[in-house]
Amino acid sequence: MDTALKPLPRTGTPSEGRTEGGGPDVSSFTLDNGLDVVVIPDHRVPVVTHMVWYRNGSADDPLGQSGIAHFLEHLMFKGTEKHPAGEFSKVVSGLGGQENAFTSFDYTAYFQRVARDHLKTMMSFEADRMTNLLLEEGVIAPERDVVLEERRMRVETDPSAQLSEAMAAALFVHHPYGIPIIGWMHEIETLNRDHALDYYRRFYTPENAILVVAGDVTADEVRRLSSDTYGRIAPRGKRPVRFRPRDPEPVAARHITVADPKVEQPTLQRLYLVPSCRTAKDRDCYALELLAEVIGGGPTSYLYRKLVLEQGVAVNAGAWYMSSAMEETRFCVYAVPAEGVSLSALEEAVDAVLRSISAEALDSEAIERAKTRLVAETIYSTDSQSSLARIYGSALAIGETLEDVRRWPQEIEAVLKDDLASAAERYLILRRSVTGYLQKAVP
Amino acid sequence: MTASAEIRSAASPTTVKTLTSPGGVEAWHVESDVVPLIAVAFTFEGGSTQDPEDRPGVAQMLARLLDEGAGPYNSDAFQERLAARAIELSFNAGNDAIGGSLKTLVKHADEAFELLRLALAEPRFDQDAIERVRAQTVAGLRYQQNDPGVMATRRFFEEGFAGHAYARPTSGTVESVAAITRDDLVTMHRTIIARGRVKVAVVGAIDGERLSVLLDKVFGSLPEAKPLKPTEPVQLQNLGTRHVVDLDVPQSVIRFGLPGIPWRDPGFIPAYVLNHILGGGAFTSRLFQEVREKRGLAYSVGTSLVSYRAASMTWGYTATKNERVTEALDVIFGEMMRLKDEGPSEEELQKAKDYLIGSYALGFDTSTKIAHTLVQIAFEGLGVDYIARRNDLVAAVTSADIGAAAQRIFGGGQMLTVIAGRPTGL
Repeated sequence: MDTALKPLPRTGTPSEGRTEGGGPDVSSFTLDNGLDVVVIPDHRVPVVTHMVWYRNGSADDPLGQSGIAHFLEHLMFKGTEKHPAGEFSKVVSGLGGQENAFTSFDYTAYFQRVARDHLKTMMSFEADRMTNLLLEEGVIAPERDVVLEERRMRVETDPSAQLSEAMAAALFVHHPYGIPIIGWMHEIETLNRDHALDYYRRFYTPENAILVVAGDVTADEVRRLSSDTYGRIAPRGKRPVRFRPRDPEPVAARHITVADPKVEQPTLQRLYLVPSCRTAKDRDCYALELLAEVIGGGPTSYLYRKLVLEQGVAVNAGAWYMSSAMEETRFCVYAVPAEGVSLSALEEAVDAVLRSISAEALDSEAIERAKTRLVAETIYSTDSQSSLARIYGSALAIGETLEDVRRWPQEIEAVLKDDLASAAERYLILRRSVTGYLQKAVP
Repeated sequence: MTASAEIRSAASPTTVKTLTSPGGVEAWHVESDVVPLIAVAFTFEGGSTQDPEDRPGVAQMLARLLDEGAGPYNSDAFQERLAARAIELSFNAGNDAIGGSLKTLVKHADEAFELLRLALAEPRFDQDAIERVRAQTVAGLRYQQNDPGVMATRRFFEEGFAGHAYARPTSGTVESVAAITRDDLVTMHRTIIARGRVKVAVVGAIDGERLSVLLDKVFGSLPEAKPLKPTEPVQLQNLGTRHVVDLDVPQSVIRFGLPGIPWRDPGFIPAYVLNHILGGGAFTSRLFQEVREKRGLAYSVGTSLVSYRAASMTWGYTATKNERVTEALDVIFGEMMRLKDEGPSEEELQKAKDYLIGSYALGFDTSTKIAHTLVQIAFEGLGVDYIARRNDLVAAVTSADIGAAAQRIFGGGQMLTVIAGRPTGL
């Protein structure tokens, strides 16, 4: 019952990891009713991570019903005819398991972590709520209140979260990535049972789901258990279609300010509209991934060295890229001003540094270091079955393939200096951007 | 190296060896070759309780400065050595300890342990690094200055441990951080980063022999420990009082506290089971059910048992819109009194024990998690066999044990409450 607000790291099975440590032996198959299945064996502890991903997220919310994907995610814990509200959670907990769920722009996922022997029990409950959700009227209003409190906690009491929402709304002039995952307050308030059920019937089908099991299992076991549970769900015939409008080519550099009396420390953010791993041509997404690491990944990055160490105009600076998205996505540059430095002066300094990327930032050592770090992350991720399950699940949910995940480290290794320069020149330009100031309101 | 007491039993979620290097450094070690990495966790006794009384924040600033230049390398050169091999090194300070972790690919282990050695034994405290970390710390404090959660927590500790070191903020204040000198940091470093004061856990693809050599290099070279400032035992204070931090936000953040039972106390495990029933992490807890599921009062609500060296408490949190604060507090307090008076049902107790026993292994599924769990257990002095014993301790808890724990925690019938926001109708 979480809202996923941060993108997942884009990491997979490393080429290097295969020779050095084996790497996970990931396999996949599809049941007769269209449900895709991915198995990621990890036999170190007798534990499994069981996840079901649906290929729908907040960007599929019908107009005027922002937040319905996330609200339904909460309501999925409210019981079926066979298993009344709370029973699933009681069973998970009684078996010593842990559970949760999260909603993102492009997908919604549910998971449990349990001892391996209980995998089939999890499958039968999860399969049951894929199509048999009951939604008694009495559970709707209190759960909507819970979501409203969640929004108050995450956004209404936090000016920096309000700036992030306003910047996304300005960056995506037409695409629903500009609408918050949790929804706008005034629309959450109007969500009802019919909205939830319509949405549920449209998207919660075996063709639209991906089962990911990571842990102490074999592909054969998962095939047998899933056929016995999920396999019994009747197919709908085809996967629901998601309609996503495309943003126009941006022409206007935008500036946004959130001024609030609670702000004691100003901050600067810049978002650029850039291709995602699904829309990028000519492997631009790998260049953008590496570019974010070179210019903004930690204390050896170009932005940090220039703005914090050399010029002293910022106390922190960095960048990130949300490559995992179905449509055009965000590349972020941020900086926190040093005492006495105004946001506009800092913005000028940031722009000067960004303009000098091609000329100064792309020495071979910096590129090597960034590649090493990104590829090492993929090896580190193999230490966690939950991380692997999330990496593969999110990739498939946005339309990537297992091969895309496997190939990721090689693609990163293959990026050239010229690719980075070209990506910076084509995408980090003001007309593609929104600049955000968080500052204290002057009374 | 002497290896001893290998703990292996059906009840143990992992196999831990204790290891003593030729130089006398002790560590808990889990060897696993599946993933080509090594995860190290360590913790040095003595955290922000050692801060000068008028300058809180020294221990935390020290923790932030250890990887900002050491030995022959200035800050930038040190960070570059870490980054070039994707070595992850971090330090943090708490009330009672300065801890840290190291993660490296096996092939870079020698370099990783050498950088750890430099950070611990030879930090430079260059003036430019001090000023940079000071500025970052102050910016961080300002960024959180009107965050309702941070403000509520800060006030809670000021009230709950008034007059004690635990009342002082670990991260200091804008004023105190401005006043910290290089001498403060050097003195704190000599006091805390010493051998004999550290617990170490290592998990991953490294054998005991090679590990022993590395441990001697890193920890064997540290100076002998000098005595710490004593931390007087303290009880949670101001029970029965309620405090409001005024803040113009639509939702109030609530922190509440009652007496606790420390981890080393024989009554801890029953209290832990009791806490799980009241407000532990599962969707089945009483507070989750009553506050969230039935009434929609909050997104998050829960309690945990907090165990410091010199204090313990039952600590709770929630957040609800200003208009419903009174209702939320009434429900929470009512549930605690109901647990005290009626206790959980036998079935509820059994379910809680089943969960805690079954889920223990879930905390041992990554190398980093295992290392951190082990080092915590070592720090508490519970013994390496605790991991194998722990589920039996939970299984043995009876209704009478729960009753005794409930009496110790809820018996006074009073809690300390702090609310940040603009609650109505209090």
